[in-house]
Amino acid sequence: MNKTYLIFKHEFLHTIKRISWIIMTLIVPVIALLGIGIIALVTTLSEPPEDVIQVIGYVDEVGIFENQTTQGYTRLVPFASKEDANQALVRKDVTEYIIIPSDYTSSGIIQRYTLEKELITPPTTASMIKSFLTGNLLKDKVPPDIVTLIVSPLNLEVTRVSEKGDIALEQSNFGNLIIPGVFSLLLGLALMFGATSLISGLGEEKESRLIEVLFSSVSIRQLLISKVLALGTAGLLQVLVWLISAPLLLNLASSSFGGFMSNIQIPGNFLILGIVYFILGYLLFAVLSIGIGAISSNAREGGELSMFYTLTSFAPLWLSSLYIAFPNSSIWVVLTIFPITAPVQTMLRLGGSDIHLWQIITSIGVLVLSIIGGLFLSIKIFRMNMLMHGKRPGFAEIIHSLKNA
Amino acid sequence: MTAVAVHHLYKSYAGKTAVKDLTFSVDPGEILGLIGPNGAGKSSTIKIILDFMKPDSGEVKIFGHPMNEACKNQIGYLPEERGLYKKLTAIDLILYLASLKGMDKVTAEKKANVLLQRTGMLESKKMKNKEMSKGMGQIIQFIVTIIHDPKLIILDEPFSGLDPVNTEIIRNIIGNLRDEGKAIILSTHQMNKVEELCDRVLMINQGQAVLYGDLKETRARFSKNSVQVNVEGEIGDLPGVIDKKFNKGSVELVLAPDTTPQIILDQLRDHGIAINRFEITTPSLNEIFLNIAGGNHE
Repeated sequence: MNKTYLIFKHEFLHTIKRISWIIMTLIVPVIALLGIGIIALVTTLSEPPEDVIQVIGYVDEVGIFENQTTQGYTRLVPFASKEDANQALVRKDVTEYIIIPSDYTSSGIIQRYTLEKELITPPTTASMIKSFLTGNLLKDKVPPDIVTLIVSPLNLEVTRVSEKGDIALEQSNFGNLIIPGVFSLLLGLALMFGATSLISGLGEEKESRLIEVLFSSVSIRQLLISKVLALGTAGLLQVLVWLISAPLLLNLASSSFGGFMSNIQIPGNFLILGIVYFILGYLLFAVLSIGIGAISSNAREGGELSMFYTLTSFAPLWLSSLYIAFPNSSIWVVLTIFPITAPVQTMLRLGGSDIHLWQIITSIGVLVLSIIGGLFLSIKIFRMNMLMHGKRPGFAEIIHSLKNA
Repeated sequence: MTAVAVHHLYKSYAGKTAVKDLTFSVDPGEILGLIGPNGAGKSSTIKIILDFMKPDSGEVKIFGHPMNEACKNQIGYLPEERGLYKKLTAIDLILYLASLKGMDKVTAEKKANVLLQRTGMLESKKMKNKEMSKGMGQIIQFIVTIIHDPKLIILDEPFSGLDPVNTEIIRNIIGNLRDEGKAIILSTHQMNKVEELCDRVLMINQGQAVLYGDLKETRARFSKNSVQVNVEGEIGDLPGVIDKKFNKGSVELVLAPDTTPQIILDQLRDHGIAINRFEITTPSLNEIFLNIAGGNHE
């Protein structure tokens, strides 16, 4: 039987039997979707129940805030002094109270007192207070329906139009970013774990001299290409499991978490490009890991050196808030083409903005060339340095090995 | 056909000469002992033979050809350190590495069981390698080295970590392999094993061959003109004996250049000295090694 296939089979089975691979493939996607659902649940549960009247106390030092004291399910109750309001808070007659100081009309500052420990004022509470204040400030100056508009002037309904002027098939929706965002996170993690695993395996083989036994049986090219292909195939299997399970999990989640999950859409070209970028990402990281494995003195050092590209691959996720705010900036095009960030960045962009075909083609082309060129260089470096363990070659030695291998 | 032919090999790295003008060969049906002090160039020589690295100049031929993929199936290599996949069982490791040598699974399994039985490891074949002692791991690796019936076998410290019983087993197997016509390179620091097993010896020091040839002839070449005797009573002064060295009940009589061991034997008999033992002194390989390697270090 072909030796490349034998090594490929051994490495592939070794990869998919790893606990980290199993966890990443089967459990992490479930956790990721659970996380989304939990966020939605927490948000929902943090809001006070709609059928329970929330009482907020207030002390009006200006003297004009006496109307509009019922705001939805919130009732505002006046107190003569701060001390009275504070005692009511302590007795839990009110959930919180505000002080409208005498200089409010010039300063705009309201003091809020609550027993709860919060990071920010709950948006619903802030909205009720704002509505109360605005209603009283504009009382008798504008009609009540206009006051409502002043409080919330903007309720955008966005419709995406195609370049031909028709209504586009795929509409913009924050939910479109969910699956690509989760997928890109999983991709980044999978690449990191895969790279670490490959480096660890190579380091173990070098340290135990097993690499010499292997090279007495097969060529360096056979061994390294087999490892790269095995990792890529494991990556393909992983992405297929995720892609097949994503709609099933979303359906399950929708029934558990209500309509929120049903808003999540999977972008049309996501499936094919997801598979392509996943495989190319795995292959690129495998090639880089071989090079790192070649120059590392041991597995641990290899893991540390690999942080350079594994952490860099997460850059699109670190910058995701910027991406959400400015999805069409040209920096994302650069990150789409730069090979280390291309897989994760492209996945993100698929959900949030248009990617021109030339960018996809260029990105894939650069990735493929990087993989081929990287494999060639890594094999050369590996050949010269595979027997060196306990000592890392210097930069000059690496250049020498590239010239002479 | 010569199994290994090395001609004028040179290799240096990082400014240091590892191998310098090395020439030797190994034929089928013989064991070449490869010895030398630490850092002499033995490992570098083995790695060049196995094509792990290219020499700066010189030529290596395996069965008449430069190393190629077809040759690799004919070579068995046991590195100095234990190279095992920790999480694999012994039998799985053997079968995997045997498959890389072109063996089919059925044949490999049969042969593996025979070798495991012979080395007393059959009951441990399902044990994971990380659970094995050093000696057990060494035996498994030895089995991996020979399971595919290679024509050329390179063994680097094959007795490392083995108890006396297993050492004897491995020693016998190596001897049998030689008798079957295998070409074997045995690199070890255990000089007694080289003396027991090897037909020829190559000693490398500072990258150069300092000793190369038939083992018996080499020992004879370095022999001193002396005899070891064990007698009843005192020997006294004997003509032709220029020095006496006492060692644990025996005496080494160093002879003058014109005095033969036969003359001394006759003298002892003539003096009526009861002789328990009379042996012509031949230096051990260890003594020769120390003589050469130690001398070059001064």
